[in-house]
Amino acid sequence: MNNTFMPMLKRDLVLAIRNYNDVLIGLFFFIVVVSLIPISLNESAQTLPRLAAGLVWIAALLSSILSLASLFEADHADGSLDLILSTGSIYQCVLAKITVHWLITGLPLTLISPLIGLAYNLHEEQLSVLFVSLLIGTPVLSCIGAIGAALTLGLRSGTSIIALIVLPLNLPVMVYGAAAVRASINRLDNVMTYLLFLTAMLIIAVVFAPLATTAALKISND
Amino acid sequence: MSINWFKYSSPASFYGISRSIIKVASLISIILCIIGLYWGFAKTPNILTDQKEYYRILFVHVPVAWMSMWLYVTLVFWAVIGLIFNTRLSYMMAAATAPTGALFAFLTIWTGAFWGKTSWGVWWDWDPRMTSMLILLFIYIGYIALQNSITDTRRADRASALLALVGVICIPVIYLSINCPDPYQCAALHQQSSLKKIENNILIAMFIMLFATWAYSFAVITHRLRSIILEREKRTQWAQDIVRDTA
Repeated sequence: MNNTFMPMLKRDLVLAIRNYNDVLIGLFFFIVVVSLIPISLNESAQTLPRLAAGLVWIAALLSSILSLASLFEADHADGSLDLILSTGSIYQCVLAKITVHWLITGLPLTLISPLIGLAYNLHEEQLSVLFVSLLIGTPVLSCIGAIGAALTLGLRSGTSIIALIVLPLNLPVMVYGAAAVRASINRLDNVMTYLLFLTAMLIIAVVFAPLATTAALKISND
Repeated sequence: MSINWFKYSSPASFYGISRSIIKVASLISIILCIIGLYWGFAKTPNILTDQKEYYRILFVHVPVAWMSMWLYVTLVFWAVIGLIFNTRLSYMMAAATAPTGALFAFLTIWTGAFWGKTSWGVWWDWDPRMTSMLILLFIYIGYIALQNSITDTRRADRASALLALVGVICIPVIYLSINCPDPYQCAALHQQSSLKKIENNILIAMFIMLFATWAYSFAVITHRLRSIILEREKRTQWAQDIVRDTA
């Protein structure tokens, strides 16, 4: 079987970079959400770090869902998805699409998270835990999100139905990601446990989510 | 003699026996409900020291909690059967099960809130067991929403079946993540399962109520299934005959 992963990855990445507007929208959505929450909560500088873990993770989750509706939409609309499905290299294409989705949503917000953490009064070590937890956790969000995107392909209700389906399923990632940061803030020694849990989820998600997404695409494109 | 396992997998032949299923199941449900409630209110001892009378909501709370989880397993079972054998009736079964499961999850939270208010002084506590039930309700709602937002029946059936399957894989992880391994964050109000410590009469009443709830689900789901069958088979002659006869 010929390798379609790299060509697909390049194509989608080029498309995403040319339409950099979408990438920036996702990133700024994240920044706006994490900036508005402290204003509405009106917390002091001492209590803010305790909230940072959960808030940043919720914002990351929402920002990841925002762009899911368009994951397969363009290819579905112009018929190239039919072509990909019929060639039998769908698994690699799905994997490439999930990777690109992470590169344009998860990675930018992970890279910017230390800055957000500074605004939340986190210390150096806690910043690195936040960064690493997002680095491991956000690909899982893309993986699980892809299943939702494939199931709801071409539906009227679009983003809202994806959110309804995907948010509860993403709960474990958010819980462990936030727990890792919280553990580091409370100076507990089990930060590594949470990061390893996240890594385990990442491995499972990378193996199984493309399979489920492929099955879902076949159902949706029947 | 060989058994035809698929005889009642045809909507038409299932529809024929469905009315008697509903009758029998409703009757069992009503009788068991009366016995169970009588047993729960009259036969249980009044020498409780740590619990007050309000504990009797347990005879509703525990059966609906168990059934809401069990119905999700049933739903996934029919979804998987549907995906494997491509039997339309299995998908209809899964679709008919979801609303009752969601209702039971909601009832669990509702009765639990009353119990919590009288017992702990709060309507809701973000404790692992309660949060798991809430997430189960969300998963039911996601399933129903996906099913309803796809107009093509065949796609709706298969897509929601796949979602149910993904959900059942995620549920252990969700449960684990809510029952977080960190002892600092797991100060729970809700007691752990204590079946072995319960007085026998309470246990008897609880199990009778469980079977009553189970029979109720059977009756209601079959009833909903009949409507779904008629709606989806409206182009067939037999379905049109039935509708004309009853009208």
